[in-house]
Amino acid sequence: MPRTLKRDMTTWVDLQLRPTLTNAQQTKSMIRKARELGYRVVGISLPLNPTPNTIQALRDLCCDASVDLVTRLDLAPSMPHELLLNLRRFRRKFEVISVMCCTKAVARQAAKDRRVDLLAFSMMNSRDRFFDRAEAELASKASTSLEVNLAPLLSLRGQSRIRILTQLRKEMVIAEGFGVKVALSSGATNLQSMRSPSDFVAIASLFDFPEESANQAFSEVPIEIVKQNREKLSKDYVAPGIRVVKGLQKRVADATPEKTLPAPEGSE
Amino acid sequence: MPRLKRRYLHLKVQSEEPVSRKEITDAIWGTISRLYGEYGASQVNLAIIEYDEHVRYAIVRCKHTALKMVKASTAMITEINGKPAEVQVVKVSGTLKALRRKAVT
Repeated sequence: MPRTLKRDMTTWVDLQLRPTLTNAQQTKSMIRKARELGYRVVGISLPLNPTPNTIQALRDLCCDASVDLVTRLDLAPSMPHELLLNLRRFRRKFEVISVMCCTKAVARQAAKDRRVDLLAFSMMNSRDRFFDRAEAELASKASTSLEVNLAPLLSLRGQSRIRILTQLRKEMVIAEGFGVKVALSSGATNLQSMRSPSDFVAIASLFDFPEESANQAFSEVPIEIVKQNREKLSKDYVAPGIRVVKGLQKRVADATPEKTLPAPEGSE
Repeated sequence: MPRLKRRYLHLKVQSEEPVSRKEITDAIWGTISRLYGEYGASQVNLAIIEYDEHVRYAIVRCKHTALKMVKASTAMITEINGKPAEVQVVKVSGTLKALRRKAVT
């Protein structure tokens, strides 16, 4: 009986690429490499006030590489009120908002705020990671996900890598216990720290993150976040489950095509 | 005695400078022992089956239970003999014949 090769049907998402946006060549190479590695959706960290030209240039680059661009903002507030202020100003301008929690107070505020999509913690120092049981409980209630960048693990060595792996192992158990979703991303700042999804899934096994969960953390979890936020950012959105449909025919005629996530590879 | 199951991995080495067979072997062994220690490395049964310096493709063999260890270790390689490099797993197979067939397709 002839054996057929199983095709990869997963839509892989790298929710955080951090190219130097002023370096167009590097940005272009990183987006192309992401596509070659198998990613269909790529999140790129943008500055607080990106010009429309910057975003359009990125969209063009992504379009050329057949990759879907997710605009993302990384906030790193030092005080909780600074976080609230930034969320009020920028929530409706970006598809994904991640908060780098530098202090415990910021971490708690971010975890209970439904406008925050992703909680990020330092990958360089395990003492600066505040994802404990209390944080997980708040994040679980607000449906906020925990983001883990894997590229920094490549550059760490010795004791510091051991400490961070130990901490991540603890956090994965806590997240599972409280039903907090985990999103894995590369956080790559250059071409050398980019890896394929299967390589990152293998790296995630270093902190005992099960393969199936790691696959979801690179596909379904980020897709769900992006999908929800795109729906919320659409003009017709009112509240979860409620959309404006009055004057639909006129709007359909006027509207630019609505953005949808790419279908899984092999399904076309 | 139960049959020893093995896995064959097709690796792609990316580096701007030439990488010799010895260097790639040392890099993989070095990363495995750094990540899993000597005890862990002893359970991998790693062997470099072939390496093409020009095309920079390697085929390595390991015990099937240690596949995850080898994949994680190769993904963690950032330099080979001080030269920036990365190693990607292209294909994995249970037999050398199937791996070669997959590599061709």
